Amino acid sequence: MRIYVPRDSAAKALGADEVADALMVEAQNRGLEVEIIRNGTRGMIWLEPLVEIEKNGVRLAYGPIAPDDAAALLDGRVEALGSVEDIPFFARQTRLTFARCGVIDPLSIADYEAHGGLAGLKRAIAMSQDAIIDEVKLSGLRGRGGAGFPTGIKWDTVRLAHAAQKYIVCNADEGDSGTFADRMIMEGDPFTLIEGMAIAGIGCGATKGYIYIRSEYPDAIAVMSRAVEIARAAGVLGVDILGSGKAFDMEVRTGAGAYVCGEETSLLNSLEGKRGVVRAKPPLPALEGFLGRPTVVNNVISLATVPVIFAKGAAHYAGFGLGRSKGTMPIQIAGNVQFGGLFETAFGMPLGELVNTVAGGTASGRPVKAVQVGGPLGAYLHPDQFDTPFGYEEFDGQKALIGHAGIVVFDDSADMLSMARFAMEFCAVESCGKCTPCRIGAVRGVETIDRIAEGDAGAIALLTDLCEVMTDGSLCALGGFTPFPVMSALRHFPEDFAPHKEAAE
Amino acid sequence: MRTRMPAQSDLTPPDASEIEAVIRPFLTLEGPLLPMLHALQEVYGYVPETAHAPLCAALKITRAELKGVLSFYHDFRACPSGKHVLKICRAEACQAMGATAMAERLLKKLGVDWHGTTANGAVTVEPVYCLGLCACAPAAMVDGKVIGRVSDTRLDVVLAEVGA
Repeated sequence: MRIYVPRDSAAKALGADEVADALMVEAQNRGLEVEIIRNGTRGMIWLEPLVEIEKNGVRLAYGPIAPDDAAALLDGRVEALGSVEDIPFFARQTRLTFARCGVIDPLSIADYEAHGGLAGLKRAIAMSQDAIIDEVKLSGLRGRGGAGFPTGIKWDTVRLAHAAQKYIVCNADEGDSGTFADRMIMEGDPFTLIEGMAIAGIGCGATKGYIYIRSEYPDAIAVMSRAVEIARAAGVLGVDILGSGKAFDMEVRTGAGAYVCGEETSLLNSLEGKRGVVRAKPPLPALEGFLGRPTVVNNVISLATVPVIFAKGAAHYAGFGLGRSKGTMPIQIAGNVQFGGLFETAFGMPLGELVNTVAGGTASGRPVKAVQVGGPLGAYLHPDQFDTPFGYEEFDGQKALIGHAGIVVFDDSADMLSMARFAMEFCAVESCGKCTPCRIGAVRGVETIDRIAEGDAGAIALLTDLCEVMTDGSLCALGGFTPFPVMSALRHFPEDFAPHKEAAE
Repeated sequence: MRTRMPAQSDLTPPDASEIEAVIRPFLTLEGPLLPMLHALQEVYGYVPETAHAPLCAALKITRAELKGVLSFYHDFRACPSGKHVLKICRAEACQAMGATAMAERLLKKLGVDWHGTTANGAVTVEPVYCLGLCACAPAAMVDGKVIGRVSDTRLDVVLAEVGA
């Protein structure tokens, strides 16, 4: 009997380690021969720890399982949820990037290959650099970190740059609240990221890669570091990738708690051992990146999506999506929701369907008041905007952004003035300090919002003006996008900024 | 943070040769400073001031450059934390599930502010902006161990475990 107990942080946070231990003890008590596999999560966090038992080739899911349930589970006294693929939340998804996550043992390269892994790399090895770049361009893949820049064009710039050494840097500094897709794939299917980086290296002529993982993700760092060692031992990394004569190797690096290091130039400075301050662009990192050399900086999900594009073909991938938003997006549903987790789907699903149907509305059972999409720099959307299809341009049209596709749901107990103040406070704490609109503006923003809270209605115009300055004058998205949550809160929830509220108290 | 941290009392700052032994394996890396600082903090629980001169000498950087880096990143400590570090997520997804009020109650109960250490040195409470556990909020982390759906009762259990 084979038992799957996720090792994903979210499952562990809900007791998966204790469940695995209890199952081992109870199995021994019963003289049962069991193999416990610590897989990634299937992404249905409300069901974690989600245990799967495979008997005679059939894999059934049970959850959420507590350590006390171990005995009953082994004795067949717990009712199964059926197979994971039949659970409605899962059945509605299109899993391309996350196809293997939660299915395989994340640290078994044999398991990885048996489920379609390395097919993309093998195909890429036989292609010219031109053809590799064209494939990425044709897939329509855009940077999944938030900016949505076409990945193929970035790669081409690095390929065409002349330098003795080029780099592939994976941005795994996933600091946006409400997002966990990077963490989930690194913990659940790390080889797909390694494979994607190797393809990028071959396509761009880069032989060295770095994965910069935030220090808040100790589990992801551990899994990723181990996966790199395994991949090296298996010849997937090294001087002769899969016998091709092509070289690519990589290192895992740990961040140090600075949110702004998710910005690519700040990340590069941090990787070089400097203060993580933002660099002015140009020069683009593609031309002068890590140590001044041509560097691809891509988000985890962008790179982890590359293998499936090469395995199934660019046309297959581009066949999903909406308009210029091609392919699928792993949407992360979080906050006050009934069904939280990762939902990978083609672009185009209306926000309201995601919130009300997929996520099942709020966990508290109270009405949805606001949904923040795209992390702390993303706008708060009002239920009136729920028909907006999930896509880069569609959200842009609503003065919002999809960012890294995290959606955080708030019920009607949320005070939007407080949320706007928090956005400014966060920007003040995390500002790298290089440009004035962000460094000073965020502090003034907190003060101005406090004035509004004290009943100074005149401060609203000042806040609006300040946000314009931050938008137009900041060097990077931290200062430049903080006005998204602030202004959207002000625009859609004016009642929370009305003078009577606090003044009456 | 994954190793035991020294209590404030049994602390003798390491000398230069000890520091050099910790940082030496990283000298061949490209951009070795952050890996070195993490290694020092892993060993000592903080980055001792006695490490500054050896670091500057090894990397040919000025003290100002080193201090600039140390002060920029939230992770690096100049002095030891409490025996345990409890990180509480303050980000939006956790706020949506009541994290703000819960954190206020915790700080009040322990009689500390953010970054503060309890009088008995048992626990330091740090804010963290997202642990990636947003679908099982509110979230916290004790010495690298993650906890989801944190409640007042769950926190009481944690505090009892760390002796706060």
